[in-house]
Amino acid sequence: MEHTKILKIENDLGLHGRAAAKVVELSRKYKSKLYFKKDGKKKIDGGNILSILTLSCGKGTEIEARAVGEDSKELLDELDLLFRGKFGEPK
Amino acid sequence: MTDYSKGENILMKGIAVSPGIVIGKARLVDRSKQKIIYQYLINEKEINREVERFEEALELTKEQITNLKKGMSESIRQHSFILDTHLMIVDDNMIKDATREIILEEKVNAEWALKKSVQQIRQLFEKIDYEYIRDRINDVENVVERILRNLSGKEQDSLSEINDRVIIVAHDLSPTDTSELNTSMVMGFMTDVGGKTSHTAIMAQALKIPAVVGLESVTRKVQDGNLIVVDGYKGEIVINPDDDTIIAYQEKELYYQKYISSIVRLSHLPPETTDGYRISVKANIEFLEEVSSAKDNGAEGIGLYRTEYLYLSGKEIPSENKLFNDYKQVAEIMAPAPVTIRTLDIGGDKLMSFQEFSKETNPALGLRAIRFCLKEPGVFRSQLRAILRASVYGNIRIMFPMISGLQEFLNARKILVDVMNDLEKEKMDFDHEIKIGAMIEIPSAVMVADILAREVDFFSIGTNDLIQYALAIDRGNEHVAFMYDPFHPAVIRMIVQAVNAAREADIEVAMCGEMAGDPYCTSLLLGMGIDELSLNIGAIPMQKKLIRSLSKKECEKDLKSIMKMTTTEEIRKFIVNKTDPLMPELENMDGQQIPMVFTA
Repeated sequence: MEHTKILKIENDLGLHGRAAAKVVELSRKYKSKLYFKKDGKKKIDGGNILSILTLSCGKGTEIEARAVGEDSKELLDELDLLFRGKFGEPK
Repeated sequence: MTDYSKGENILMKGIAVSPGIVIGKARLVDRSKQKIIYQYLINEKEINREVERFEEALELTKEQITNLKKGMSESIRQHSFILDTHLMIVDDNMIKDATREIILEEKVNAEWALKKSVQQIRQLFEKIDYEYIRDRINDVENVVERILRNLSGKEQDSLSEINDRVIIVAHDLSPTDTSELNTSMVMGFMTDVGGKTSHTAIMAQALKIPAVVGLESVTRKVQDGNLIVVDGYKGEIVINPDDDTIIAYQEKELYYQKYISSIVRLSHLPPETTDGYRISVKANIEFLEEVSSAKDNGAEGIGLYRTEYLYLSGKEIPSENKLFNDYKQVAEIMAPAPVTIRTLDIGGDKLMSFQEFSKETNPALGLRAIRFCLKEPGVFRSQLRAILRASVYGNIRIMFPMISGLQEFLNARKILVDVMNDLEKEKMDFDHEIKIGAMIEIPSAVMVADILAREVDFFSIGTNDLIQYALAIDRGNEHVAFMYDPFHPAVIRMIVQAVNAAREADIEVAMCGEMAGDPYCTSLLLGMGIDELSLNIGAIPMQKKLIRSLSKKECEKDLKSIMKMTTTEEIRKFIVNKTDPLMPELENMDGQQIPMVFTA
């Protein structure tokens, strides 16, 4: 099973330390593997905090999330909520 | 290999921070960080062991961070997510897997492999477009430092394993580095960065080891094993000197030694001016071991006991009893002469190894000294208890650093009174009349010195910070350090204002900054009427000798003229012209700058 979703970063600080940590935390709850891709570049491991940081995503960036595994849909749904909720940041 | 006999005589200039001349071999400590990391080849068996060693270090690192998280106080718990981030970094493929692969493929030790994988990470981070994200590299470096430390706990060659007499060449040295140094093997220090008040400087002076800092690029020019001359009087070093140069430096050192021993012989005479004014000359110390040397050099007490070392040298915050034993001994050795203990003067970053503090963009203006103590009253109270308990063994005084105004002092004193009440309930003995002073080292404290003077028992002017804050100069920054100047009219006026406020309120006023030991400032300070000068041990004999050659009335007259002057240069010229003839011995030293600090 495999699902993809385009996610937009809408919080002011972008995918910084705390946001990236939340993504890693989330991905660890699921059995599926999570990957990110930006601007058609090589995919990176979504369970790896340094890979997420070095993806260099500021406010307004769009990235492709791909989840592979039995609970991939649920993973992406929750991830989508996290991005839309601006990683729980104020404002 | 370099051919020594030829000699290249490469001369580099820096800042002299600890006097003396030594000639010896360089030991280069890793360029950007302090760790020495070697690459070496190993066989299959060793490779597997190396991977294991690395994995164990990772586990230990995770354990430490988890413990750190558990031990966080309520007030800072909200920041614990940073530690979560650090835990994730330890587990990150770019660290864990990449390092393991490098060990296996390149057959190198874990430290080297880790260093290589961090270099790759660093390159990736440099490409990040957003500063806020790019800065997270600091978290990576931090975690890696910790892993390296854990590796070195086992087999890594570290500073503690230096067993040849060498001259340490480093970008910078932290208190942790110097605390693990086997100091008997160190002949001298040279660093790229740092100034007169840097940790390396203070450490080198305490150990009586020549040091030159602020050499900017010495770590790039020196190679391990190069022959080096370190001239800690003039602030110069020579890489690969030829025979003539070596002989010249040896002669110079002999001349200095002779001169120094001549003034040390007189150091027990009282510091009294020609017209009978008696000022007190005391010592600044950092270690218990320095107390006897302070006495030998003619110190009439300890005017500043810096208490940070015990907090920085161990892995944990020292216990009340450990502190008590230390303070008690200092008080006993010095008694009946007074010992002024300055309460903890460091930033939270150094003490709590907690990352949120080190993220301060401007630590000099951040959470440190009394501010930190008021925020972490647990740490503060345990130190105050130790000081109070030790106070029955001698003549101890307490001094709070970085007081910016009255409220801060009152808050600190309230905690002290609280602690006193506790001790009383516990039937512990202490000096109920203990004197409580404030450091005057922030311009705002000068502006309200008259208000402070009504509440405190004494002032101690800390000129290093006062000048730094008044002139907005970071002395550790080699680009602006030259503008740091005690003769700036603003600095002189500030000190006069603080002294006058103390006079009005009839309290004692001391000075414990570097100005107190600078022979060019002596007449100025006498003219102002400061009661006590506290200086580095090595500078005491010279300072006492100089005081005995000055007249208080003359100094007062000079101060009046100086107060009318408008520029730093004008003041300096006036003072140099007055002071130089008083120190004829120094003029004979082939036109060299007068060393500010002497080691006896």
